[in-house]
Amino acid sequence: MYVAVKGGERAIDNAHAWLAEERRGDPAVPELSVAQIREQMSLAVNRVMAEGSLYDPDLAALSIKQSRGDLIEAIFLIRAYRTTLPRFGASLPVQTQKMTCDRRVSATFKDAPGGQILGPTFDYTHRLLDFKMAADGEVPQAEQTTARAEPTPHIMSYLDRENLIQTEPVGPDTPDDLTRTPLELPASRALRLQALTRGDEGFILGMAYSTQRGNARNHAFVAELRIGAVPVEMDIPELGFAIEIGDITLTECETVNQFTGSKTEPPQFTRGYGLVFGMSERKAISMALVDRALRWAELGEDDLGAPAQDEEFVLYHCDNIQATGFLEHIKLPHYVDFQSELELIRKLRREAMALQEAAQ
Amino acid sequence: MSDYNFAYLDEQTKRMIRRAILKGLAIPGYQVPFASREMPMPYGWGTGGVQVSAAVLTPDDTFKVIDQGADDTTNAVSIRRFFQKTANVAVTEATADATVIQTRHRIPEEHLRAGQILVYQVPIPEPLRFLEPSEVETRKMHALEEYGLMHVKLYEDISQHGAIATAYAYPVKVEGRYVMDPSPIPKFDNPKLNMAAIQLFGAGREQRIYALPPFTEVISLDFDDYPFEPTKADHACDLCGAEDSYLDELIVDDAGGRMFMCSDTDYCTSRRKAGHIGAQGVPYAEDAA
Repeated sequence: MYVAVKGGERAIDNAHAWLAEERRGDPAVPELSVAQIREQMSLAVNRVMAEGSLYDPDLAALSIKQSRGDLIEAIFLIRAYRTTLPRFGASLPVQTQKMTCDRRVSATFKDAPGGQILGPTFDYTHRLLDFKMAADGEVPQAEQTTARAEPTPHIMSYLDRENLIQTEPVGPDTPDDLTRTPLELPASRALRLQALTRGDEGFILGMAYSTQRGNARNHAFVAELRIGAVPVEMDIPELGFAIEIGDITLTECETVNQFTGSKTEPPQFTRGYGLVFGMSERKAISMALVDRALRWAELGEDDLGAPAQDEEFVLYHCDNIQATGFLEHIKLPHYVDFQSELELIRKLRREAMALQEAAQ
Repeated sequence: MSDYNFAYLDEQTKRMIRRAILKGLAIPGYQVPFASREMPMPYGWGTGGVQVSAAVLTPDDTFKVIDQGADDTTNAVSIRRFFQKTANVAVTEATADATVIQTRHRIPEEHLRAGQILVYQVPIPEPLRFLEPSEVETRKMHALEEYGLMHVKLYEDISQHGAIATAYAYPVKVEGRYVMDPSPIPKFDNPKLNMAAIQLFGAGREQRIYALPPFTEVISLDFDDYPFEPTKADHACDLCGAEDSYLDELIVDDAGGRMFMCSDTDYCTSRRKAGHIGAQGVPYAEDAA
């Protein structure tokens, strides 16, 4: 006699209870606060905001806590929350030349108005484990200075004056919203950039790296990388003018790429663009390289068949929430399909064996 | 859950989804792009079906969810609970009592009737995807009704294996026009696609909805000399004795002993309640299962 397997409901409840306990860890160790995560795990918070497409450090920190530090799970929590929010409207384009730069470097000019600002970077740290930090992470205050009051012009604008850099076509006032319209191909550059900025950091990095290693190579100089706070302004219909609704921290990267000209375009420099929430410079640089690789058609370059040039490939596979969901769904029951495969294989084998025997 | 709208999605989103559903019903088998939302369950776990269900559910509906034919599989439980929580709808395991049934990988054994809606969870809506990876190309192929590639694939199966080597997600042609993926149901279920209920297919990650209005002509692709053949395990259900239902195979001991039971748990239970007993079954009693 056999009693059918049941108990899905109880299994789920028990699993959730155990998960909650595992998340908390050893109760003898003090619990992490959301503020601690927000302040001391800020780059994780930034990544969750960028790929979750929601600028809210507190919610991002909460999601990291809830997900036990699994950032893709945290991003998923933020995305699922974000869907429930109404879309009131669009801000005016942020003016990144008004950014209060915490960091601003150019690899193409030794100096330019606004100067180079190294900022809080890992770049020149020696990657030596700091065992002292295990006991005491307190630090003396760093030296301070006042921020530059006037706007910091983009390095690219100097190339623009000489007409050395390709002029960008003006886009529509309000671009399509990737989260509100289904992605159809070919996608506008605005949609591509939206997909890239919320795309998985690892995937975009890998794609960008592949272009550096010769898969649709477009040698990129970082003309400028800047990180800092910018004001966000929005037109309020009741007022009839735009007001500032807050500040967000952004990372912006503009690459300048050599271009010897094509059938349709004269020799000039071309541009790749990356813009990411928070301090996410690996992502912003990667995004700029992939953006540039995807622009081959508009610049009249050859399709070299490289993955980073393939819009459909990049855009359909860069989203880690889509990817992880579909990947992990294969652990769900598939016994119905597997059963039909079993029947089929048994049938095909029977026929093949019969044929073999007949031949002998 | 008063923080969320009825059935989770906001009314604007539901309206957008309903428009896609209506377009899908108007062009049976055509994959309608829709602005799929991020749901609080992972892509690949039924987000398309969940969005379609959210768009069609009303407070008066009775909702049933099955996965692999069973009401008690974990993901079916999870989705059913989601709508209990967010829509507070009545739920049932009885196929006949449900007005909306969300399913993964099966069509219930019991005939569905007019007034019922069957919502399928679809992983890859494109029947041509594994023959042509590019969406741009496959949309073109559908537009031009260019299905030669599919027929060549089926032909090659026959020439290599002596049979069409597709056991589930078996492609169909709808009203003589669109080739459609019926979602990964076993081909045993294909003949049931021609039914009295409305069938809606939701693919969340792939952002597509398609539909079959009642009694739409749905034909499983085949050749005159190799006609389509629905198949199942050549056994009767060991619990209820049914010979006409799709069966799951279970390994019951270390020696690899097998038994077979209905994949449709409601069908099996109803039969046992009615006194049918299979080879290894026992008379039905509440809580026995």
